[in-house]
Amino acid sequence: MSNAVWDPSQPILEIENLSISFFTRLREIPAVMDFSCKVMAGEAMGLVGESGCGKSTVALGVMRDLGKNGQIVAGSIKFKGRDLVKMAEEELRHLRGSEIAMIYQEPMASLNPAMKIGAQLIEVPMIHQGMARVQAWALARQIVADVRLPDPDRILNAYPHQLSGGQQQRIVIAMALMSKPALLILDEPTTALDVTVEAGIVDLVKDLGQKYGTSMLFISHNLGLIMDVCDRLCVMYSGEAVETGAVAQVFDDMRHPYTQALFRSIPLPGADKNARPLISIPGNFPLPHERPKGCNFGPRCDYFQAGRCDAGDVAMADVPEGDRHASRCVKWDEIDWHAPPKARVVKEKAPIGKVVLQMDDLKKYYSVSGGAFGGGHAKVVKANETLSFNAHEGETLAIVGESGCGKSTFAKVLMGLETATSGTITLFDEQVQSTPIQQRSVDTVSSVQMVFQNPFDTLNPSMTVGRQIIRALEVFHIGTSDAERTDRMLELLDLVKLPRAFADRMPRQLSGGQKQRVGIARAFAGGAKVVVADEPVSALDVSVQAAVTDLLMDIQRQNKTTLLFISHDLSIVRYLSDRVLVMYLGHVVEMGSTDQVFQPPYHPYTEALLSAVPVADTKVIRKRIVLEGDIPSAMNPPSGCPFQTRCRWKSHVAGGLCDSTMPPVQTLAGGHQIKCHLGADVLAKMDPVITFAAE
Amino acid sequence: MLAFVIRRLGVMLVTALVLTFVVFFLTNLPPNLEKLARSEGSVRMTDAAVASWLEEHGHTGSVFYRYAEWLGVAPGWVNTDEKGVTRGLCIGQRDDPALAPKFCGIFQGNWGFSTVFKKTVLYSLGKSMAATGWLMLAVMVVMVPIALVIGVLAGMREGSRTDRVLSTFSIATSATPEYVSGVILVALLASPATGLSPVLASWGWIGGKTLFMGTATSAMDHITFWNFALPVATIALYGVGYIARMTRASMTEVMTQQYIRTARLKGVSFRQVVLRHALRNAMIAPFTVIMLQFPYLLNGVVITETLFNYKGFGWMLVTAAGNNDIEMLLGASVVAVIFVLVTQLISDIGYVFLNPRIRLG
Repeated sequence: MSNAVWDPSQPILEIENLSISFFTRLREIPAVMDFSCKVMAGEAMGLVGESGCGKSTVALGVMRDLGKNGQIVAGSIKFKGRDLVKMAEEELRHLRGSEIAMIYQEPMASLNPAMKIGAQLIEVPMIHQGMARVQAWALARQIVADVRLPDPDRILNAYPHQLSGGQQQRIVIAMALMSKPALLILDEPTTALDVTVEAGIVDLVKDLGQKYGTSMLFISHNLGLIMDVCDRLCVMYSGEAVETGAVAQVFDDMRHPYTQALFRSIPLPGADKNARPLISIPGNFPLPHERPKGCNFGPRCDYFQAGRCDAGDVAMADVPEGDRHASRCVKWDEIDWHAPPKARVVKEKAPIGKVVLQMDDLKKYYSVSGGAFGGGHAKVVKANETLSFNAHEGETLAIVGESGCGKSTFAKVLMGLETATSGTITLFDEQVQSTPIQQRSVDTVSSVQMVFQNPFDTLNPSMTVGRQIIRALEVFHIGTSDAERTDRMLELLDLVKLPRAFADRMPRQLSGGQKQRVGIARAFAGGAKVVVADEPVSALDVSVQAAVTDLLMDIQRQNKTTLLFISHDLSIVRYLSDRVLVMYLGHVVEMGSTDQVFQPPYHPYTEALLSAVPVADTKVIRKRIVLEGDIPSAMNPPSGCPFQTRCRWKSHVAGGLCDSTMPPVQTLAGGHQIKCHLGADVLAKMDPVITFAAE
Repeated sequence: MLAFVIRRLGVMLVTALVLTFVVFFLTNLPPNLEKLARSEGSVRMTDAAVASWLEEHGHTGSVFYRYAEWLGVAPGWVNTDEKGVTRGLCIGQRDDPALAPKFCGIFQGNWGFSTVFKKTVLYSLGKSMAATGWLMLAVMVVMVPIALVIGVLAGMREGSRTDRVLSTFSIATSATPEYVSGVILVALLASPATGLSPVLASWGWIGGKTLFMGTATSAMDHITFWNFALPVATIALYGVGYIARMTRASMTEVMTQQYIRTARLKGVSFRQVVLRHALRNAMIAPFTVIMLQFPYLLNGVVITETLFNYKGFGWMLVTAAGNNDIEMLLGASVVAVIFVLVTQLISDIGYVFLNPRIRLG
């Protein structure tokens, strides 16, 4: 092999002026243009950008797996000095999986559903090293243990669907490591996972990188994650690399307006919805065949100068003082990078009114049957256990928790899509816990509405935007004539800041952020008083997230709406909510004002959750608490405290109380509630998870 | 598993009862019975005579009661006419009425007597089912492997030349019904006047007048390639196209899945990607289609067996229906219903073994 001639001081991967295009019947669509980057041995390189910027295309280009339509039109990809672009298919096959391995975004979809885990793992050394089956099995067993999975023998004999998401991703990682590759490509490896699981995977990837000396190409849209994992990064925008350099340098001394705009649009600790609101990037991402002349970011850039920025192609320019720091901006030398942003508008805080929604001891149980052919005993899933809280007019109440904690079940019960097992929901003096939505009055239905997570699936693809909003108005009996309803629909488009011309568009003609605005307009069509927003921005790009959250906040200020904001993203929760409710396995483990929840004393789970969220700020010092294992199944919850299986404070409680007894709700100063056995003295001594380094 | 099978068997029993009742009701409509009376008794019977013949032979009364009698859950009818001859459902021609059993329906094994074949229904059914069984077996053995190979080859590289050629072939065959393809095959290969046979005969390559035999009657006693190939090909051609289309669709979908990309980027060769990673997943959807093809074959054999004069289930069904042979038709419907339901049960169970994610409930 050519390993012998390769000099380790040379880059493992060197991409030069790479251009990749996709060819359709109509035209050639350039996906990546003039992309260059270098990854040294043992280095972790991050690729950041929004969806459609071409970062995954670069990764697949390195693998030379661009499908039938994709083609590398220019440039070279040198791996250990050999050009992959000119390599023959058979030679490439020997490289794939043995020298370059890839880890994918959706672990469930990346594993063969009809093959056992073990069979999928042992394939790699059997193909590349010609290893015998027995030895390959032993190796697989060892690697599965290496990725910190319990009980490797059981796992090797399991099918993918029998494992949890986190375990599946560990298997995908194990598969990539089976033949100790020199380069590992990770394409959004944790996006589909919960934050506490993500923290574990990130730790694992970092440790394994050090242990095996593997170089990494880490693709993510999450700047915080890049900071945790990578040494260097490359920011991409619309098919081009716009800035590249060492992580700390790019984060603190960015030299490209897009990088700066990106940082200003993500909620970092210290941002506040009223005093220091986020600044979203104006305009939309250009479609690949509608890119502007000159700088691609030009039309959305604050520093745009006609005649210079749109004159011609902009080349990457080295930033002298940095370590291989470069920016694709003609004006990088002239811009005052430390000037505060101009566009920041300070907004009034909305007053909080009377109680509109009250939950008392709400419980929701489901029964499910077990066994492959329907036999076995029926089991009860306790999706919500003793949920009690109230929400006020004009308030944003965030409901935080990981998948399976019961937050969506609670929303369904409130909306009337399910009925409660016991307990009460009082909505404006009316008890609605056991009234399904079909039996609710039009008033009740229109006053409680929902904004859904995925705007791509929740709009009818064959109806115009305007028609869908009018339909909602009809259902809510608003307006007496079609003309009146059309007027109201146009007002609603104004409310969500969409041009009135959009009324005649089909959903497929809209971008994700625009679709979500239509979803919001529909929710507010009947003058909703309580809006349940179920992860309304998690499917959107970061630069659009800020705009959509701001919109929600503006409408809330105008209409005094009560917003129940369901999210797993603590950064955005800290930014916009007044009160926070943390859920774990159907239980509310902590509730209080945003400050109370984000400051010690914490519930041990909140503490872990906070420490798991990556923060894209070099000045923030974060305590690392990695939870062991997965979230227990709601079908088979642990005895005593639901969190006891993963809690690191368990030893501070005497007498094994955590194992045996459900903790009581302790009310601390200011109405801050914590469901935990820890004594007041222990809680008082907790350290904050996030501290700012002295500037 | 056991609970599932028991539950399914229960549902099947109910389905079978309902379906056989529908057939019973339709075959026992008054005009049919009148025809039966005239053909069994005398063509020149008066209407009054017909009515009394029906009365004597237990064809009057509630259709539900008669259905129950036929099933064997209600006591069979017994009549004594003015000559003192006692007739009954359960009384044979020379049997002593006193010793006859009370119940005698299909549950007791009494499926009746065929008026056309002059044999018991069970005997005729058994014989024709055996003949059709051989035909179906041959069809399956030919059809399924060919269809799967065509489907997989076409689906593994969507849009390639192989795909286009094979897809055209399968569309063409699935668009050609048996009565068309059968006639074409006969004209082409089994006619002394047209097609290949006269040419081959003039060259002296074949001993007889035709290459294949145009009738499969001799296959009833002894199956050979030359008398059996055409009926088998006629039925299989249609099914090949259909199953191949299903397999191709399923295969193309599987080939775009992410786990196929994973396998490819692991360095697995294309051949192994198809054989080890794609095949089992791609078989899940066509498996159901193949099992559905069994009942369809029962249907398809009606035309083919008549065309090739092969005295199997289909031929028998046509003859029985054409001659108002009520008990034969009822017997055939019982067999057909059970056959369909059992293949569907096998299909559901097989599905679970192919697809580890499925849990039946």
